Amino acid sequence: MKAMTYRGPYRIRVEEKDRPTIEHPNDAIVRVTTAAICGSDLHLYHGLMPDTRVGHTFGHEFVGIVDEVGPSVQSLQVGNRVMVPFNVFCGSCFFCARGLYSNCHNVNPNATAVGGIYGYSHTTGGYDGGQAEYVRVPFADVGPSLVPDWMGDEDAVLLTDALPTGYFGAQLGDIVEGDTVVVFGAGPVGLFAAKSAWLMGAGRVIVVDHLDYRLELARTFAHAETVNFTHHRDIVVHLKRTTGHLGADVAIDAVGAEADGNLLMHVTAAKLKMQGGSPIALNWAIDGVRKGGTISVMGAYGPIFSAVKFGDAMNKGLTINANQCPVKRQWPRLLEHIRNGHLRPSDIVTHRFPLDEIAEGYHVFSAKLDGVVKPLVVPSAA
Amino acid sequence: MIEKRDPADLTSEERAELGTRYTYTPHKPPLAETSDELRARIPGWGADLDPADRPAVPKMRFDPGATGARWEFPERQPELRPRERSVEHAFVTPVFGTGQPLKGVSGVVRRLAYRRFSEARAAHWLLLVAADRVDVAEGRVTSALRGRPDRLVAETGVRGEAGHEPVSSRAGRVDVRHQWIDPVIVAGPMAVAGVLAYRVVRRARSAR
Repeated sequence: MKAMTYRGPYRIRVEEKDRPTIEHPNDAIVRVTTAAICGSDLHLYHGLMPDTRVGHTFGHEFVGIVDEVGPSVQSLQVGNRVMVPFNVFCGSCFFCARGLYSNCHNVNPNATAVGGIYGYSHTTGGYDGGQAEYVRVPFADVGPSLVPDWMGDEDAVLLTDALPTGYFGAQLGDIVEGDTVVVFGAGPVGLFAAKSAWLMGAGRVIVVDHLDYRLELARTFAHAETVNFTHHRDIVVHLKRTTGHLGADVAIDAVGAEADGNLLMHVTAAKLKMQGGSPIALNWAIDGVRKGGTISVMGAYGPIFSAVKFGDAMNKGLTINANQCPVKRQWPRLLEHIRNGHLRPSDIVTHRFPLDEIAEGYHVFSAKLDGVVKPLVVPSAA
Repeated sequence: MIEKRDPADLTSEERAELGTRYTYTPHKPPLAETSDELRARIPGWGADLDPADRPAVPKMRFDPGATGARWEFPERQPELRPRERSVEHAFVTPVFGTGQPLKGVSGVVRRLAYRRFSEARAAHWLLLVAADRVDVAEGRVTSALRGRPDRLVAETGVRGEAGHEPVSSRAGRVDVRHQWIDPVIVAGPMAVAGVLAYRVVRRARSAR
């Protein structure tokens, strides 16, 4: 089968690999019909995540058709059209039993600090991902769900990470009616977080980024006020001024490891890999939120230390809520919102690349060319 | 309900003193729109106002029957070859990925990182990062030996520049300031390896 493979920082290619096989009785093999490139895939692509091995296939956002099931699988049949949450999870460990699917303890031998994720390095379990024609899906009775008949692939694939993660980011903010919410990052997750903040009763939503075309989408798609941080000498001072010198009630970091805005931080972290991530957005969140406020972090950071301004967080009495999103827990409510017309995830899809041209897709997404917001990948076998 | 205060109703003096008038008093600065106005303007506004409607609230909710799992401890996936694991785990987890098993010099370094250092130690991660770079060099050699050498330019996807507005897309962007480093990161290790190889060969020849 054809699969995207990692060759080193900023380099990928499509290779012929063996079709995955059933390795556990509750495995399924899914033929991928649509995959997506996530902003967090770029952290891998840029060589920022430790233990990213040459030959690894990325891709944790995908939907497809069940092609084979293991002997113990009961909930799926060959031919079912399924969406697969980016979390690999067992459904029964201490953490899964409490709803923390993204923190599953039974699927990632390489680390205890993070659960299992498809196509996201060996630090998250060494599972090849869905930017390929076929993918192995462990715990088929637990993770995947049937795609509703009324939903297209392009909406469904955004339910495997980007939309639930954005919604989860707003949830982690513990928003109450009338809160002022500032969202750092106008990528797919930030846009969905901004949109979700309204669902939770925010009184004001401000999106911060430096890419004008994405800020335009934040205004039209997410109904938010926008701030281009390059237009302000000090974004924190601007946020204070615009909130009557109080600060936002809630700040959401939807940027993660490769934040721009401070050359030293970005180069030491994102380029020279001397930190687990460039915490510029997180530090702006800490300083831009009001005392006693809440910070939500679902932007992805690596496991190495980062230069976070923790003293300010402590002195301000902030609550910091963070996690990878437990995707499947979000689905029932999000499906309701989509049916009711409150959310239409595929509105942010801008580009579609055949699997054979995935190297170009990564380059365009990484370099932010051509107004790219969300690129999809379509395998040829689909 | 949100207190309404239309900014248009404020005098310039009031606007200038917003911080003093509100933040330095018990009151919160007013918002421009009321809840009713927001509900009318934004599809779904307030649909999840009640935290009970938010699916991951409370964060931890004991409900082992909710997942579809019919086991308390999953059947174990056969470990067909020794699988590296974090020393913070009691054993190799019941299910694991099997792609790209440890091999070569990078495998030795990765094995050391996993066996010797916990996730709490910087050495664990720094060794893994170092092994990643060794792996790239090994991958380049083994791929060439297998007759499928790396196509160094094509694999960067730089051909995607064509037709995707490479100039206008970059105009005025803050991140363009450090994009010059990208080629250094991509080509730098190759240049260093080339120089080292040249020196080794030259030293071997002069020693003969």
